[in-house]
Amino acid sequence: MNCRSEVLEVTVEARQVDEAMLALLHTILLHRSTGKFHYKKEGTYSIGTVGTADSDCDFIDFTFVRVSSEELDRVIRKAVCEFKDALNNSGSDGMGQISLEFYQKKKSRWPFSDECIPWEVWTIKVNVVNLANEQERQICREKVGEKLGEKVINVVEVINRNEYLPKMPTQSEVDNVFDTSLKDVQPYLYKISYQITDSLGTSVSTTMRRLIKDTLAL
Amino acid sequence: MDSDLSPQDKKDLDKFIKFFALKTVQVIVQARLGEKICTRSSSSPTGSDWFNLAIKDIPEVSHEAKKALAGQLPGIGRSMCVEISLKTSEGDSMELETWCLEMNEKCDKDIKVSYTVYNRLSVLLKSLMAITRVTPAYKLSRKQGHDYVILYRIYFGEVQLSGLGEGFQTVRVGVVGTPVGTVTLSCAYRTNLAFMSNRQFDRSAPIMGIIVDHFVDPPCSSQRPAVMGQPCNYRAPDEEDGGAFAGVQDSQEVCTTSFSTSPPSQCVCTLSPSPSKMSKPLPLDSLQLPLAPGLVAHNMCASRLSYQPSAAEVYPAAANANQLLHAGKEGGVVVVPCQPHGVDAHLTVEPPLNTPGSSGDDEGLSRSGEERREEGRSVSPSDPVESLNAFTRKVGAFVNKPSTQITAANLDLPFAAFAARGLDSEGSDPMVQPPESPPSQSPLQASLHSQGSEGSGPQDDFVMVDFRPAFSKDDLLPMDLGTFYREFQNPPQLTSLSLHISSQSMADDLDSLPEKLRVYEKNIDEFDAFVDMLQ
Repeated sequence: MNCRSEVLEVTVEARQVDEAMLALLHTILLHRSTGKFHYKKEGTYSIGTVGTADSDCDFIDFTFVRVSSEELDRVIRKAVCEFKDALNNSGSDGMGQISLEFYQKKKSRWPFSDECIPWEVWTIKVNVVNLANEQERQICREKVGEKLGEKVINVVEVINRNEYLPKMPTQSEVDNVFDTSLKDVQPYLYKISYQITDSLGTSVSTTMRRLIKDTLAL
Repeated sequence: MDSDLSPQDKKDLDKFIKFFALKTVQVIVQARLGEKICTRSSSSPTGSDWFNLAIKDIPEVSHEAKKALAGQLPGIGRSMCVEISLKTSEGDSMELETWCLEMNEKCDKDIKVSYTVYNRLSVLLKSLMAITRVTPAYKLSRKQGHDYVILYRIYFGEVQLSGLGEGFQTVRVGVVGTPVGTVTLSCAYRTNLAFMSNRQFDRSAPIMGIIVDHFVDPPCSSQRPAVMGQPCNYRAPDEEDGGAFAGVQDSQEVCTTSFSTSPPSQCVCTLSPSPSKMSKPLPLDSLQLPLAPGLVAHNMCASRLSYQPSAAEVYPAAANANQLLHAGKEGGVVVVPCQPHGVDAHLTVEPPLNTPGSSGDDEGLSRSGEERREEGRSVSPSDPVESLNAFTRKVGAFVNKPSTQITAANLDLPFAAFAARGLDSEGSDPMVQPPESPPSQSPLQASLHSQGSEGSGPQDDFVMVDFRPAFSKDDLLPMDLGTFYREFQNPPQLTSLSLHISSQSMADDLDSLPEKLRVYEKNIDEFDAFVDMLQ
């Protein structure tokens, strides 16, 4: 199948990177998470309940809704933190991108390892700027808040196209479609990776690719 | 069209759409409560969480939604709309956004009702949650409080967008195809927030639901967000039944004014939605405390939603207090008493008091010639000179009035200084006309008197000598301050200050006390009910 790819671009101040990324990643994951499946006999299953939580941003005039799951939040924060550190340390002019990829696992026969077939990739391109004074920062707060609002609307628009979604799996297949490691929610299998664009704008002399969900380690 | 749909599927679909509509309303209204919403995920299905989402049901909101639907479902030409508007403390209101749940004719016959439609409706609800935090009304609702509140109204039928002003924007939350039509959820929001003051509240039906966010000295003050920690203001005295909830109608708004000498502050609040959407900042005139009573229903720490019945359905306050407190934070709901603000009267017409404690002759001399009223009670004289000065009124720079006799007996009575010697024929007030000073004059007074005695009228007790008020220029304008002073120097004496009258009235008061007590005791139930209502 074709993998759907969406790109979102944001320009933020250095201290806003965390929250901007969290806002967008959580918004996407909110739509791509379900409750925990409980399989019963005869191939039926019931689905747990997903709670939601509002999160206010400190450096941006924005509030986003995320899935009410501390575990998931921790994982996402860790990824965003690494991305931010990489951005800071890279010495580049503050450009990078973080990707959230939803994939399915396809079992292959030995000796081949399972394939990971992405079906949706979200790429968030970040451009970090430095602002000179407090007034500009204040304006930036509001503007970035607005921009994130627009991005959320974009995300919602894409998701509501109701294009391809993996079929609901049987019990044996559930781990090929969903991440069942969390105890309260069940997002689709995903991985987060990032790239820092160096100052030449080329995609990375040394690619730093971190697999937060390391599904290749079998 | 329905022939392809099995009866069970049809039944399921109807149920899904009904509950989707109810949950949509809950999500929208809860997003405008002004607080952060947080619900918990649960891995084990409870069976009662529609669409696998933890969305609380606020009973009043459900009630309103069901009432609006009246047993029908959103269908083609029959949309369910939730209108969010803002109402200021002065009664001006403005529609902010309208969320529409519509159905169109485009059917998706092949879709599986029980699974795909259900899941897609679930995703649509999540999208709704995300979008409700993005529209400009969200920020406004987070800041609601004394200056304005956010209200909601649910109606069914034709979508009305005319109240949103020019240039309103629309955002589509999403669509879900079903075998009987396509469910569409969208929001139209106002972008022009220029507020028209004194705008008529020209809606046909009163706004039924109110999202109120007021706190009054809440016992659980720790739960309060810092921004909203303002005491509640008042309840209209003319509410029926002493009931807690007046309908939100302009006619019931009573604005108690605070009697302050300072002018009311303007532009207390500038509503600031996202700047790109706003043409200019929004000055709201005189957003003064306290709020209109109709809006202040009840104070809840946890849930700021209170359902305001129309005027016809006013419940006694005590009962209502329990009825309304359901939805709240998971920690439970606390009823917070709403105390009437009452007349916040600092009736500050007190004159600037003389600062007592200035001792010594020099101080007396150097007192400015500004008008001062020296009240006996405010002065704690430390020496005879002080006491004398306390009872004199200095008019004009360094002018002292001719001393008059004051008896020792008079000195003992409070406010004796203001007691007229008869209800004065001269029409001069005792403030102006100083009480009699002791026969022995202090050297100070004598000297002052001699200084100021030029040009004094022979008959007048009150000596006005070439009145030059301090700090007032007399070259440009002919002594405005002086003119004013002259004009108003002889106000009529206050009757309550007349010793004769006051003693008489006190006697009357004492006599009438038993009668009054009888009346109060007779109405004791009423007073108790009133007190309960306040709690």
